[in-house]
Amino acid sequence: MPDGFLDAVTSTATGVLAIGGVAAALRGTKRELSERTTPLVGLCATFVFAAQMVNFPVGAGTSGHLIGGALAAVLVGPWSAILCMSVVIIVQSLLFADGGITALGTNITLMGLVSVAVGWACVVVLRRALLRSIRWLPVVAGISAWASVVASSAAFTGLYALGGTVPLPMSKVLVAMVGWHALIGLGEAVITGLVVASVLSTRPDLVYAARPLIAARTLEIRTGATS
Amino acid sequence: MGAPHGHRLHFHAHSPVHALSAHTKLIALLAYAVLVVATPAQWWWMFAVWAVAILSVIAVSKVPVSYLAPRMLVEAPFVVFALVIPFVATGPRVQVLGMSLSQAGLTSAAILLTKGTLGVLASLTLAATTEPHDLIAGLRRLRFPKALVDVIANMLRYLDVVTTELTRMRVALTSRGFTARNPRHWAVIARSLGALFVRAYERGERVHLAMLSRGAQ
Repeated sequence: MPDGFLDAVTSTATGVLAIGGVAAALRGTKRELSERTTPLVGLCATFVFAAQMVNFPVGAGTSGHLIGGALAAVLVGPWSAILCMSVVIIVQSLLFADGGITALGTNITLMGLVSVAVGWACVVVLRRALLRSIRWLPVVAGISAWASVVASSAAFTGLYALGGTVPLPMSKVLVAMVGWHALIGLGEAVITGLVVASVLSTRPDLVYAARPLIAARTLEIRTGATS
Repeated sequence: MGAPHGHRLHFHAHSPVHALSAHTKLIALLAYAVLVVATPAQWWWMFAVWAVAILSVIAVSKVPVSYLAPRMLVEAPFVVFALVIPFVATGPRVQVLGMSLSQAGLTSAAILLTKGTLGVLASLTLAATTEPHDLIAGLRRLRFPKALVDVIANMLRYLDVVTTELTRMRVALTSRGFTARNPRHWAVIARSLGALFVRAYERGERVHLAMLSRGAQ
């Protein structure tokens, strides 16, 4: 989102929200990644940045790309994910002119705080409620990714209703935004699920959301096959 | 690494704008963007002043317009949005070329485009005249939280390494005859992203342990 999209009051409010969120994330990250915090969060941010550059062909010459909030939450945990997304957004804005500097707070709130919080909440609920096996984790990640994209678009519409600079029929905007993102979210869901599945198949210990599931597994000693 | 240090947007030159310290430029960018955003629509002539201001800074910076113009494309998705506004906005309507457009929508879209474009121009000027390590030093001087700046510094340090790793994966896929055309190919791209994550993480771990064993804190 560029400069001038939302009015000054809303931009300031989201700015304060973003600062609070990032401050909380800085504290929370220390718990998630032990002493190796800084280099690993930095590398995860680099990974999210690179993942956003990859184009996924949709057909008919168009393509989309990942946003990555839920993916980051599943891979490195919610606090680190908020930090990753915020850092990616700051770097995109300052070094690549993508996203206005006065819209930093709004962009961090939407793509960092809302998308990670909703994505992670879904992961926790689904993981506990129905899909307890590690085999289902990619599906859990996919559903959470979809929810995070839809929630971010709804939050964007809400912010726009509060501080938009253009008089638009808000109910129509809400339907259009959420409907369109429900569609885009399907792509995000499939890709997130596939990426999580591929990391799980090689280094399941690196997937933060899989930790309780791995810890719950019991050691299985197979006998009878030795001769 | 044989690649030029710096980043994709940086334009090497010697000018007063390049020489200015990064924290001054950051403050200037923020102040400029806030002023542009806060300018009310009734004072539309002020936008001409803002445009002249940023264009003179660009002229002083010796960054050619031909370098900046193609990079303005980051704004494209937003331009599409702005073009739709006059059709969907509420309020009294006017006839333009046989189309019924919202009066308020037209004005707002014009203001939105102007503000957005000025913001992108200013951000591009900062990016084109500031090296990443100067930017990090600038953020430190502005008392950004140390932990956050450390993460940004780490990200920028590995940005080229990880993106070239991604490029190598893509070249490897292409040389084996792979072209992504439709969603059925997503699994392949997703697998290379998964591998990229594992490699990035392992590299970070390795480098960090190497640093610790040499006594880094």
